[in-house]
Amino acid sequence: MKVPSLRANAIAATLVLLAGFALVFFYAPLDTDQGFIQKIFYLHVPLAICALAGFIVGGLLAIAHLRTGDPRWDARSYVAIHLSIIFGVGVLITGSIWAHASWGKWWVWDEPTLVSFLIVFLLYATYYPLRYAIEDRDRQGRYASVFAITAGAFVPLNFIAVRMAESLVHPRVFATANGGLPGSMLLTFLVCLAGMALLWLVLVRFELAAKSASASLSRLRRALDGEPEIPAQGSRIAPGVPSSATSVS
Amino acid sequence: MTRPSSLAALRAILAKDLRVELRTLQSVPAMALFAVTTFVLFRYGLDRESLSGGLAAGVLLATVLFAAIIAINRLFVAEREEGGFDAIRLAPVDATALLGAKAAALVIYLVVLEAIAVPAFGLFFLDSWSGIPPLAAVLLLADLGLAATGVLISSIAANSRARDLLVPLILLPLLVPVMIAAAGASQELLAAGGPSYDGVLRWLAVLAFYDMTFAAVGFAVYDYLLED
Amino acid sequence: MPALPLDEAGKYVAAAYLVFLGLILVYVAIMAAKLARIDRELEELADVAEGRARPDRNGESRG
Repeated sequence: MKVPSLRANAIAATLVLLAGFALVFFYAPLDTDQGFIQKIFYLHVPLAICALAGFIVGGLLAIAHLRTGDPRWDARSYVAIHLSIIFGVGVLITGSIWAHASWGKWWVWDEPTLVSFLIVFLLYATYYPLRYAIEDRDRQGRYASVFAITAGAFVPLNFIAVRMAESLVHPRVFATANGGLPGSMLLTFLVCLAGMALLWLVLVRFELAAKSASASLSRLRRALDGEPEIPAQGSRIAPGVPSSATSVS
Repeated sequence: MTRPSSLAALRAILAKDLRVELRTLQSVPAMALFAVTTFVLFRYGLDRESLSGGLAAGVLLATVLFAAIIAINRLFVAEREEGGFDAIRLAPVDATALLGAKAAALVIYLVVLEAIAVPAFGLFFLDSWSGIPPLAAVLLLADLGLAATGVLISSIAANSRARDLLVPLILLPLLVPVMIAAAGASQELLAAGGPSYDGVLRWLAVLAFYDMTFAAVGFAVYDYLLED
Repeated sequence: MPALPLDEAGKYVAAAYLVFLGLILVYVAIMAAKLARIDRELEELADVAEGRARPDRNGESRG
């Protein structure tokens, strides 16, 4: 399978996301209940879905890492989780803005998706201190992968639990998010979702390329100086894409 | 194959741990003391002398949860300090025997803790004890969940710096579904007018699902934690 | 056609989309800094490599 180049990916992401946002403001009808505020939905929910999917992808990549031992999978897993956490920050902030616009409070416990997301975010935020606390690179990668798998399994479970807790007290407020959508809104939502997913992918590949460049730089430096230096890769916790000459292509 | 069975290894490790605990008493008394003291704190913190429903469930479960963390932090102390991990690695035994043994030990400690803490809780705060027997089932399932994730995270943290900090940091979000489900069931059982069984079975199902999921994850990944 | 009421609602929606834009821009800025550093170090290494290549042309071969 031929993977589209990073550039093609970036162009696609730009076009689709711009088209999506254009649809949001020029095509999608105004929601009868929430009015203009509802437009945040097209931003917040795709961000959330991509972040959560990203966490699960991080877990899958971690499985590949454990099974093959190839550190490149660890780098991919790390970047997937890292970017999903950044998307997660966006989810929480836009969710909070939406909450304040809808109910006057900056945080609400009624919205099970937002609450589940907070819990997942709090869990994944521990990924960095975990990596930082383990010095041996090899073990760090392995343990991080174990964490990524555990946390990935946790994501769906957590959503189920929180949803169950809330449904007993409050009816689902954003029931419109699940199929109650009129066709035009659904189309807009799907385009935004696709754009956001493409964006996530672009950023992941972008970051991996940067890591690869850093690693190659280290190789070059080592080769020219003839002796290993303090790696120029920088951060101890961000796994470098390995630059060993025996790396499997 | 002349490999000792994993079950035999599990029993051996479990027996060792329980013997050490009985002799040194380093986990369970601390947990029990912590729990009872915390109840007193809650009495003053909440300014309540009697609890029921959601409040009772919350106080009891939060206390048990934090007491469990005390034990989980200490779970691998001996292995870490005396090279026990290497011994397990060298022995021709499944790493999952260690996982199972530690989880079993933790469940036992928690059950003993609850045998002390729940009556204390009842004494301090409950008007009626009729909700307590079914509560035992909820607590047991919660204990299994605590053990499944607790041992996993404790293993991850055991070989790292700041392990005492990492365990609660990583574990508490992971335990939120346990809290949700256990509290959901408990608040019915500890309701003011006497236990109600509304929806309790559903919460027990969630707990069981959680337990199975993380037991499965633990078994799947544990070998990778010990290899080196 | 677009109904853009510039009332309360508009500000919230704008804030949300600006947060999104902000996150992306901050990310780009961080990556730009990283790229600049890589670029700088590559230049240094290129200098070192060229510096070594020159003595070679004088007949010395590097062991």
